[in-house]
Amino acid sequence: MQADADMRKKAEDALRKSAAYGEDFDLDEYSAGATDVRYEEKLTDLTAQDKRTLLNVGFTPGEENRSGSLIMIDNAIAHTSLHDKDGVELMSLRDAMKVHSWVRDYMWKLVKPDTDKYTAKSYLQDANGYFIRARAGKKSKMPIQTCLLIGSKQVSQTVHNIIIVEEGAELEVITGCSTKHGVEKGLHLGISEIYVKKGATLSFTMIHNWADQIGVRPRTVVHVEEGGKYINNYVTLKPVRSIQTYPTVLLEGKGAFTRLNTIAIAHPGSELDLGSRVIFNAEDTSAELISRTITTGGMSIARGEMIGNANGAKGHLECHGLVLSDKGTQRAIPILEANVQNIELSHEAAVGRIAREQIEYLMARGLSEEDAIGMIVRGFLDVGIQGIPDELRADIEETIAKIGENAI
Amino acid sequence: MLEINNLTVEVGGRRVLKSVDLKVDAGYTNVLFGPNGAGKSVLLMTLMGFSGYNVVSGEIIFKGEDITRLSVSQRAQMGMGIMAQRPPNLSGVKLHDLLKVIAKDPKEVEELAESIDMTRFFNRDINVGFSGGEIKRSELLQLSAQNPDLLLLDEPESGVDLASIELLGRTINTLLSRDCKCPGDRCRHGKSALVITHTGQVLDYVEADRAYILCNGTVMCSGNPREMLSEIKEQGYQECIKCKLMQI
Repeated sequence: MQADADMRKKAEDALRKSAAYGEDFDLDEYSAGATDVRYEEKLTDLTAQDKRTLLNVGFTPGEENRSGSLIMIDNAIAHTSLHDKDGVELMSLRDAMKVHSWVRDYMWKLVKPDTDKYTAKSYLQDANGYFIRARAGKKSKMPIQTCLLIGSKQVSQTVHNIIIVEEGAELEVITGCSTKHGVEKGLHLGISEIYVKKGATLSFTMIHNWADQIGVRPRTVVHVEEGGKYINNYVTLKPVRSIQTYPTVLLEGKGAFTRLNTIAIAHPGSELDLGSRVIFNAEDTSAELISRTITTGGMSIARGEMIGNANGAKGHLECHGLVLSDKGTQRAIPILEANVQNIELSHEAAVGRIAREQIEYLMARGLSEEDAIGMIVRGFLDVGIQGIPDELRADIEETIAKIGENAI
Repeated sequence: MLEINNLTVEVGGRRVLKSVDLKVDAGYTNVLFGPNGAGKSVLLMTLMGFSGYNVVSGEIIFKGEDITRLSVSQRAQMGMGIMAQRPPNLSGVKLHDLLKVIAKDPKEVEELAESIDMTRFFNRDINVGFSGGEIKRSELLQLSAQNPDLLLLDEPESGVDLASIELLGRTINTLLSRDCKCPGDRCRHGKSALVITHTGQVLDYVEADRAYILCNGTVMCSGNPREMLSEIKEQGYQECIKCKLMQI
């Protein structure tokens, strides 16, 4: 109890503490998101517009090829359904705390409440979110899908998610983040604490589709044990005011592996400060960080950081940034740190425009200039993400085609 | 099919082609000989309309239309296609994805890919990590998918081992004569081509109709390809330059 009180005090003190990076949002400008919203029993009953919103972030309302679904609107859970009850548990974090007394042992252990004002706010609001647990040895064939929606204007949504993939289990999660139609301004604060246990695998794909005036401050830390694998795909291709995130993966067990893919487009008026950090704390751990970002007029900052603290660690960092406008900025900041001798960390970073000869090479095959640029952009952004529904793929295609047209 | 009149071209401010006149009739395969640095590749790149090749004067007539100021895409869409000598790497763009977009007859492309052992490259990024011979085969496959009326081939045999030259040569020959029913028909129905060759090896497989010799950015003379090739092999290009000087 005393520990809780101490933590609360620390969080209260941190409420004015700015984050290390990104635009500093004034939390007082936003009201707390509603904790009671209409519960949707059947996703098929949603309006066509809401279905479209979900599809555009990879969430299929028909639940084709999904083993479970959860939707959070503002600060309330609006839907939960689970088909693979044998392999997976899916519920709100609040419910999970009632079902399992041990859930508390996983909360606020990887992310510290006093990290900055956003974590402090989420802690003090006792934020709800999703709880996903893949039972030991169970391999879920289809992904769990979740959607975090901002449903009202000028609110701050606070989310706290816990994912636990137990020993030898395999799980795939697709999380879509979006706003309801007509919501332009808002703040999304998301805490995610992810545990990949011995020999387990988690593939986690997050797709963003926000609006012009939304601020996004996810705070994610992943703990990977011996032989565990964590694959992360972070996709944000639509306009947003500001996303600043710096997810950290702690490779804590021998042979643990992570791959973090980031694909992002910074539109005019958008600030994307997207980092990835891997800390190699155990022997023979390995990591690949791949960042592919495009600016069409916005600010794109790609931070990649690898800190090697254990022998036999191997990591490669690839930061590529395309500049498709004179008004945009691409900044690549790779950081490599070796604290023991037997370490191999490397990086390649490149920012610039598409080489003219590449565009003309495709034009010489009969493609128009915009189609040629589109094809190069599509290839640039393709890091092999699986499980994307056709509707989202079509939406991504449309975004890329527009980039091709506007780049000329 | 193609008529180049008095074409003068600058690259990086340097005049590389000077008053070039050249012609490729419909169904003809013409070859372009010349020493290194003569401007042969520059001529092909200029014909395709690539940037950096600045036409100072003269005109390029293709299918009766002045295309001197047209874009690369427009020229390709009119039926011009190129097999470049050093094409760029296209990271992320899979060979198969490009073929799907440009193929007029996908089945034919699949068959050709099979016959030149390129199917296994379908999911590779175009030209990335390809050997010299693989680049040539990939270029040929793309050209075949595109099926242009005029093929611009820049040293198809360079950087290719002897065994592969035969495969390349035969493939080019098929590509050039694909619509022909009998040899006598070639000039009326086959494709037209302008081929740069250093060694002349490709002439063992491709019937060439006329040859041009380009030295120092100027066409020295033209004539029968085989006769000119043996002349060059014996005398070198110096003789061509001397001969041209004597004419002046």
